[in-house]
Amino acid sequence: MLDHRGQRGSASPSFRGPGFRGGFRGPGFGPPGAHFVHGAVKPEDPRKTLKRFWEYLKPHRVKLLLIFSLVIVTSLLMLAGPYLIGKAIDNYIIPKDFRGLLRLVALMIILYVVNSLLIWLQGYISVRTVQRIVFQLRKDLFNKLQSLPLRFFDSTPHGDVMSRLTNDIDTINMSLGMGLTQIFSSIISIIGTIIIMLRMSPLLTLVSLIVVPLTLLVTTLVSSRTRESFLNNQTILGQLNSVAEENINGLKVVKIFAREKREIEKFESINEELRRVGIRAQIYAGVMGPLMNVVNNLSFAFIAGFGGWLSARDIVSVGTVASFIIYSRQFTRPINELANLFNMMQSAIAGAERVFKVMDEPPEPVDPPDAVELKDVKGEVEFRNVYFSYKEDVPVLKDINFHVKPGQTIALVGPTGAGKTTIVNLLTRFYDVNSGAILIDGIDIRKIKRSCLRSLLGIVLQDTYLFSESIKENIKYGRLDATDQEVIEAARLANAEHFILRLPKGYDTVLTDGGENLSQGQRQLLAIARAILADPAILILDEATSNVDTKTEKQIQSAMLKLMEGRTSFVIAHRLSTIRNADMILVINNGEIVERGTHEELLRKKGFYYNLYMSQFGIEEKVTEAV
Amino acid sequence: MKKLLVYLKPYWKVALLAPLLMVIEVICDLSQPALLARIVDYGIAKGDISFILRTGLLMVGIAFIGMIGGVGCTIASTIASQGFGTDLRASVFRKIQYFSFSNLDRFKASTLITRLTNDITQLQNLVMMSLRIVVRAPLLFLGGIIMTIYINYKLASILVFVIPLLILVFTYMVRKSFPLFTIVQQKIDKLNAVILENLLGIRVVKAFVREELEKLRFNNANEELMQASLNAFMLMITFMPLIMLIMNIGVVSVLWFGGLLVDRGDMHVGQIMASVNYITQILFSLMMIGNIFVFISRASASAERVNEILDAEVDIKNTSNPDRTPITRGEVIFDNVSFSYDGQGGELVLKDISFTASPGEIVAILGTTGSGKSTLVNLIPRLYDVTSGRVLVDGKDVRDIDLEVLRSAISAVPQETILFSGTIRDNILWGNESATEEEVIESAKIAQAHDFIMSFPEGYDTVIGQRGVDLSGGQKQRIAIARAIIKKPVILILDDCTSAVDLATEQRILKGLKRLKRCTTFIIAQRISTIMNADKILVLDDGELIAQGTHLELLRSCPLYQEIYKSQMGEEVLVDA
Repeated sequence: MLDHRGQRGSASPSFRGPGFRGGFRGPGFGPPGAHFVHGAVKPEDPRKTLKRFWEYLKPHRVKLLLIFSLVIVTSLLMLAGPYLIGKAIDNYIIPKDFRGLLRLVALMIILYVVNSLLIWLQGYISVRTVQRIVFQLRKDLFNKLQSLPLRFFDSTPHGDVMSRLTNDIDTINMSLGMGLTQIFSSIISIIGTIIIMLRMSPLLTLVSLIVVPLTLLVTTLVSSRTRESFLNNQTILGQLNSVAEENINGLKVVKIFAREKREIEKFESINEELRRVGIRAQIYAGVMGPLMNVVNNLSFAFIAGFGGWLSARDIVSVGTVASFIIYSRQFTRPINELANLFNMMQSAIAGAERVFKVMDEPPEPVDPPDAVELKDVKGEVEFRNVYFSYKEDVPVLKDINFHVKPGQTIALVGPTGAGKTTIVNLLTRFYDVNSGAILIDGIDIRKIKRSCLRSLLGIVLQDTYLFSESIKENIKYGRLDATDQEVIEAARLANAEHFILRLPKGYDTVLTDGGENLSQGQRQLLAIARAILADPAILILDEATSNVDTKTEKQIQSAMLKLMEGRTSFVIAHRLSTIRNADMILVINNGEIVERGTHEELLRKKGFYYNLYMSQFGIEEKVTEAV
Repeated sequence: MKKLLVYLKPYWKVALLAPLLMVIEVICDLSQPALLARIVDYGIAKGDISFILRTGLLMVGIAFIGMIGGVGCTIASTIASQGFGTDLRASVFRKIQYFSFSNLDRFKASTLITRLTNDITQLQNLVMMSLRIVVRAPLLFLGGIIMTIYINYKLASILVFVIPLLILVFTYMVRKSFPLFTIVQQKIDKLNAVILENLLGIRVVKAFVREELEKLRFNNANEELMQASLNAFMLMITFMPLIMLIMNIGVVSVLWFGGLLVDRGDMHVGQIMASVNYITQILFSLMMIGNIFVFISRASASAERVNEILDAEVDIKNTSNPDRTPITRGEVIFDNVSFSYDGQGGELVLKDISFTASPGEIVAILGTTGSGKSTLVNLIPRLYDVTSGRVLVDGKDVRDIDLEVLRSAISAVPQETILFSGTIRDNILWGNESATEEEVIESAKIAQAHDFIMSFPEGYDTVIGQRGVDLSGGQKQRIAIARAIIKKPVILILDDCTSAVDLATEQRILKGLKRLKRCTTFIIAQRISTIMNADKILVLDDGELIAQGTHLELLRSCPLYQEIYKSQMGEEVLVDA
């Protein structure tokens, strides 16, 4: 008799064949260790996580109830099959009652048709429900991400966030899709089978149950070792992967240094190690199948032999033996499966826990109720006693004070790590000040609606991020309702048009990998076009330092000047011309403003700025002499 | 896939043993229901208890023999498949190591990594599965049919209807589901791309207040994924009950027709029981076969990707009799060199370049982006081969010199700094493993890295993350320079590798390099101040060498150089990065 567990609502195209002997041998078949490695991931507080997860299930509780009712009905119908076969043999075939047999056969066909329909219905509802729930979970997590402060993204590795949105939610998907109903139907099957078997023949039931402790013994003995050796295997595989990854990413360097032989040696030694642990892990995993097979065959033999003996003595009927043989098959498998399912549920809960952890991250503080929407901004900016640190005890900015009049250009100058970028991060409220205040047009920026504040500011970073969409879409990112004409206008003003038109599809050229098919200078020109379209009141510019050739450099420079016209501008400056033209230079070192003033004033001071300048000027002087 | 079977050859003994052992297991499995039939039909019917017990014991014995077959098959197939995977992985890795730069330009690093890891794991699993299930499933299938016929050929005629129906449903499903799951995979990739973009571009998203737009984009991708998943899963949930229904009706038919046959005295009750068992086995073997198809088609895509690597033509390798005499002088001559990335007839990146770099000279290369500077220096260590003309090192064509000899005489610091995981010392020693501690420090000092290294609490033992994430750009560049210096090269190539270092430090590095004894140095730079003390400056424009000479000569004679000089000295970089 067939049963259907293992396929129900299964989220994978593979069918894990139930009931057949040996069958697909558990792990080691699919991705190695898929089940067992999960066993190692234990949730911290399952009860709390489940409770929370219930919130996602709750809107679907009617459907869930229906699914579970269907699981009960179909499981019970499945149990009826072997019972009826036994009945057919005992009551109709042996006594040769064909009218009765016909009736029973007809009943069985109806039963199977109904059962298949119910299973389909159950699958239909559960697939839809599960997909909905997973959809919602993904959506909530992503929306949550959008509300998180920059601090989260700066301190959490991207791979980690990615894996929560993909792997963890996938695991939840899988275990919701089949794990939950499977556990339920396994338990019903086990209990139902025992009850029916007991009613048919307590003695033969006892014989059938002999294999239960054997099954448990084999399962626990083998699977704990499998888990351990798979974990080991996974660790070595991880090491091999990172060796390979590092090597391939740095392969050009490997070649330049002619280190191929050493690298091959290194890889081969870990590859050998992987072979060693791999054989161990795969054997443990693969042996489970034949072992369960022998347990099944033993139970088959016990029931055949002992049942035959009882039957010959007329203690049980032949039909009962036939039913028992089928039941015994249906019986060992769910026990074996429950262990795997338990691991799967555990890793799903752990996955949910990791997902919820992100959802619990404090978001960017909401705007206070009295937050204002600024209109007609003049562009006056003031930093008042600003202190800031990313990590406690490591102050990055100390007592920063300055005042910028509308339309002025401020050059931020200083060595790497001095705190120039941090000033930008504070102005945009990517981070909030620890103490002190930043004011725009005399209003504390924390009292301005965040969305309003950020649309006031235009930012052009030297390493610009572009999206894998068309050039047009990328420029439009600055103002979504811009017309094509406005996009072209902005590109022209940004000196970007000439290179855009040279691309195969012009403005419709789709960028790959965040604009990797453009040079850094071209990317920056697009970023400027984007900012021009956004038409911000206050500009923040980060000048490119390297790898941009002189010609592009000039184009960027002139585009930036156009952009800066009539706007308050902050420039993290590397070009002397920019610095010379600035209304005020802020020289920053170690988180403090060490000097401020115009180029001439600062040169006269003969301080920090003068020294920086002289290291450059000294060379220039020598050259002039030489000429 | 066939091509890769070579890698199974060293393990042919176990690879052959595995299916043989599996045959034993299958035969044992198949014999059980037949023995059951004998117990029922002879033992029970005749009340022959000793026959029942003997047959029961025989069944137990056969179960254990089957176990030996099964466990043995697992062990043999594991040894064979792990060996196959290990050897294949080693050989792919080896091949990749000897890839030329143009090979590397064609394969992205990320695809090389997946091919080396995931794809080979897939293939390894396929081999293991082939040695077990691919043997087991058809055997069970055929064996089940044979046993049903053997028990009662009249009853077996039911199979004539059931099996073609099942096969039909299965092929339909495999055909239908495969494209549907391909779509699901595409939608997953799309969703992942949106997520990744949002992680990388979060500053832009926030700065432009585009959170709502991104939510919308994600929602669309999410919706598409859900729809695609629903389509695929709907197919699955329809097929499973359908197949079960067909099979169960087959079982019911056995009961009915079996009953009739028993009535006519053509069959025994026990045989009905055995037939029900065999039909069940036939179904499950079919399911396995269906699954195998899905798996094979997935693995054959992997095989294709792996073969692409193994079949790739490596264009740069030693001649049959390479010159192994060490390079000592460091003289470099370009003799009418032209180069195109696409080989003969392609667009020329370098056109007819000729110059001589005498031993110990500092040669600077200046030009706009895309003028061919990096390409030019890449020809010296033979990272690419010239399209026409010759590159001579110490008077010998680089194509005649043994690659290892050539490259160990040359040190290059590429534009993109790549460091490896490990300590700072490991990274510097990477250039020359036999270097002493003094040499490490000396190199770091020349590269102006010693001071910042010592400012770390762990000093040279500071561990840097994968690809050196903890260091600033300038610091990474300086360690890369130290790594190049410690090799004690005869020829040193610096490809714009001080871009993130401030000017004053850069000057100190260059001064230090000058003190290195007899090392021909090539410097590519954007800033004129970096290079004006060079012995010779090459000015490249659009692949042509338009002028060469010292700073002063060029300032007098080369208009392009004058222009660059003016634009830079007028508005030169002030400081740092």
